[in-house]
Amino acid sequence: MSQNALNLITLLIPALPLLGFVIHILFRDKISEKIAGYHATAWIVISFVCSLILFNHVRSEGAIHVQLFEWFSAGDLSIPFAFQVDQLSVIMLLVITGIGSLIHMYSIGYMHGDDGFNRFFSYLNLFIFFMLTLVMANNYVLMFVGWEGVGLCSYLLIGFWFKNPEYNKAANKAFIMNRIGDLAMLLGLFLLYQYAGTLTFDGVSARFDPSSPDYFAPDTHMVTAITMLLFIGACGKSAQIPLYTWLPDAMAGPTPVSALIHAATMVTAGIYMIVRSNLMFSEAELTMQVITVVGIVTSIFAGAIALKQNDIKKVLAYSTVSQLGLMFFAIGVGAYEAAMFHLVTHAFFKALLFLSAGSVIHGMGGEQDIRKMGGLRSYMKVTHWVFGFGVLAIMAVPPFSGFFSKDTILAAAYVKSPVLWVIGLVSGLFTAYYMMRLYAVVFQGQPRMSEHTKAHIHESPSVMTIPLMVLCALSIVGGLMNIPELFGGNKSMMHFLEGVVPIHEHHVAVSTEWMLMAIASVAIFLVIFIAHRKYRINWVVPESDAEMSGAGKVLNHKFYVDELYEMAIVKPMHMLSNFFYKIIDLKVIDGVVNGTAQFTTWCAGQLRLIQTGTVSFYLFMMALGMGAIVLFIYLM
Amino acid sequence: MDNTLSQQLQVIPLENYVMLSIILFSIGVIGILMRRNLIVVFLSIELMLNSINLMAASFSAYHNDPAGQAFVFFIMVVAAAEVAVGLAMLVMIYRNVRSIEIDALSRLKW
Amino acid sequence: MTQVFFYGLSALAIASSLMMLFQRNAMYSVLYLLVCFFSVAGLYIMLNAQFLAVVHIIVYAGAIMVLFLYVLMFLNLNTPAAFSKSNMLRMAAMLTGGSIFLLLFSAFYRTQLIVMPDPMNENVGSVQTLGKVLFNDYLIPFELTSVLFLSAMVGVVIINKKDKVNG
Repeated sequence: MSQNALNLITLLIPALPLLGFVIHILFRDKISEKIAGYHATAWIVISFVCSLILFNHVRSEGAIHVQLFEWFSAGDLSIPFAFQVDQLSVIMLLVITGIGSLIHMYSIGYMHGDDGFNRFFSYLNLFIFFMLTLVMANNYVLMFVGWEGVGLCSYLLIGFWFKNPEYNKAANKAFIMNRIGDLAMLLGLFLLYQYAGTLTFDGVSARFDPSSPDYFAPDTHMVTAITMLLFIGACGKSAQIPLYTWLPDAMAGPTPVSALIHAATMVTAGIYMIVRSNLMFSEAELTMQVITVVGIVTSIFAGAIALKQNDIKKVLAYSTVSQLGLMFFAIGVGAYEAAMFHLVTHAFFKALLFLSAGSVIHGMGGEQDIRKMGGLRSYMKVTHWVFGFGVLAIMAVPPFSGFFSKDTILAAAYVKSPVLWVIGLVSGLFTAYYMMRLYAVVFQGQPRMSEHTKAHIHESPSVMTIPLMVLCALSIVGGLMNIPELFGGNKSMMHFLEGVVPIHEHHVAVSTEWMLMAIASVAIFLVIFIAHRKYRINWVVPESDAEMSGAGKVLNHKFYVDELYEMAIVKPMHMLSNFFYKIIDLKVIDGVVNGTAQFTTWCAGQLRLIQTGTVSFYLFMMALGMGAIVLFIYLM
Repeated sequence: MDNTLSQQLQVIPLENYVMLSIILFSIGVIGILMRRNLIVVFLSIELMLNSINLMAASFSAYHNDPAGQAFVFFIMVVAAAEVAVGLAMLVMIYRNVRSIEIDALSRLKW
Repeated sequence: MTQVFFYGLSALAIASSLMMLFQRNAMYSVLYLLVCFFSVAGLYIMLNAQFLAVVHIIVYAGAIMVLFLYVLMFLNLNTPAAFSKSNMLRMAAMLTGGSIFLLLFSAFYRTQLIVMPDPMNENVGSVQTLGKVLFNDYLIPFELTSVLFLSAMVGVVIINKKDKVNG
């Protein structure tokens, strides 16, 4: 394929969603719902096809670079507006456009009849554009543009039903929390520029690549500072402790948004960014340890919270936080390719779970409390099946996709330390338990909804179920991408990523690997069995909020983290703001301003008295003035 | 005859004219300040203008420069215009406040 | 002889202006000022500025003073107006006027006046000379004075135009 055609295709990938966005914005009120939905989907599908072509090309011939123009330059700093599609980017491209088009299609059914239908699709297209910019950029600055853009779209879509003030608050929370991370990220970029003198990915990588002529021995403190700041940025975007609380609240948005932005794509931007900078992160031992700890703590913490949540989307949201933590954990132990692998499989099954949850909510007429569901398997057959497979995949039951990706992570953790392996497994057990609970309570047992709701339960239209089935298939076979040697595979994804992520083989004896896998699987099955007994056989229904006590209550209240933040940060902030408002602003600043005005008024009031209105007085003054002038001239 | 007239006139020094002008001017100033009647105030202004005219004319004569007298014309023009407008306003004021006392106009006040 | 004329006219001017000042009746003030103007016209003649003297009488005595009298009669104001009520004000007025006089006088006293060798050339004040000066050197100001007159005339008409609403 000629270079020009290739460049054109590369440009088309982000350009088409942008075009879709522009068309939607311009003709928002003119085009009908049907056209808007399918047309928005079509752009993404074309982008997906382009991505497939690029994937094919990248696999055989390597990375593609498209230089558009010099964006800005000052002194030594030169930021090109350029795209770079290498092995890492192309995987992200496929995930974004592939899952993106499925979710667009699903949304046509889900958002049917909503007032903001066209607005929704314009935001969705804009989101895809920014996300593609993020992963296609060839430098940190352009990536940051995408990074901020997806944050904006996330904000817009969380607050999509803006008439509900709670949703607006959730949107604000997400935006502000992201802002904290973004600030750190920006500082990190400044430091990085100061240190490396360039902000292109290739340039920065070359600084840290011993085989490159630009290599220089890294200054550990500096690199640690840079990577820590970048990691804080990633924490904000990818919802890690301590900046994770926005993600569960972000479920206020429409469910397809939760699936696309808050499960499959945007929240993985942090992972992508770190994997993209892996050479630099590998140099910072301390940062890697911090990432490991933060990742695994987040994973277990969020998993524990998910155990006691009763909102179907909240469970999935905490599950997402937990899985993201696992990915960071993988990064922390140096298994970048495992993190990417889990990112991809997680995108499949978490999108699937969210979308089927959306299908449930859709069928239930907006109900999200699992205690009011139950027995849905006979009402929504397709949803039931695909949700079931999604659950199996996320629980890491062999041979579904989650099994392979989690196993890769655990194996890498074992190489680092067996303790890490155990902790990682505990996180997996939590996942298994709460997913089983969710599945059983929603789909099994007796229906607990009101008669009125029951009469209206229906399976979703095919425009929604088809994407579900596609995702279901992907969730089942997704693991084939990176089958370990153990099962006769050759870790194709790992080798594919070789150009970006250096391979470091885990040297674990085959018998050990078998044993680890067996222990993990048995443990997971055991947990599934326990949960199964409790929720499916005994039909235990989660207690209502009032009946909760002890640990369950703490978990249900998410460890009171929101309350803690409220106490520790928001309240003092409010007090400080109040202080600045009441004292500094009202008293000091307004005082100065009003004082100036009052002083002027007072002076004018005094001067006004000179205007007596008596003409003879004026005449006297005039005569005296004339005399003064004459005197002055005379004395001169 | 003309020469003799000129010489005769020269007996009066320039200083006397200037002195007379100053006296008339001061009387005008006092009149403006002292009198309450707007008409008399106007008259005093005329007197002051006249004293200036006299001074200009005398300088013109003693300097052999007709420009001074030309200026007297201009001053007369301004004085005539001023009187016309001023008297018109005076009539207007009288119509409104039924008085031409200067302090009747104390409405220009805070 | 010349000196007698001069001092006589000067005394007349000063006296009549003072009389103007202290008359209670505005009508008499106007008439005294008229006397003052005539004596000033006499002084113009003594300065060999005959044309100026004639114009002075025509403009001041003939036009301005008549205008004053006309207004006085029009307003029917020949009732004697009171002096300013407070003596303080009178004193203040005297004081201010006196100080201005002193100021001017001291300025005059310190000044060396310059006189041309052959002053009082009768040609200076002639119609011919003045005409040449006015229409050559001061043509534009001369034309502008006519504009001034016109605008003054329009202004007077506008000011005294009766308000139709208020009558």
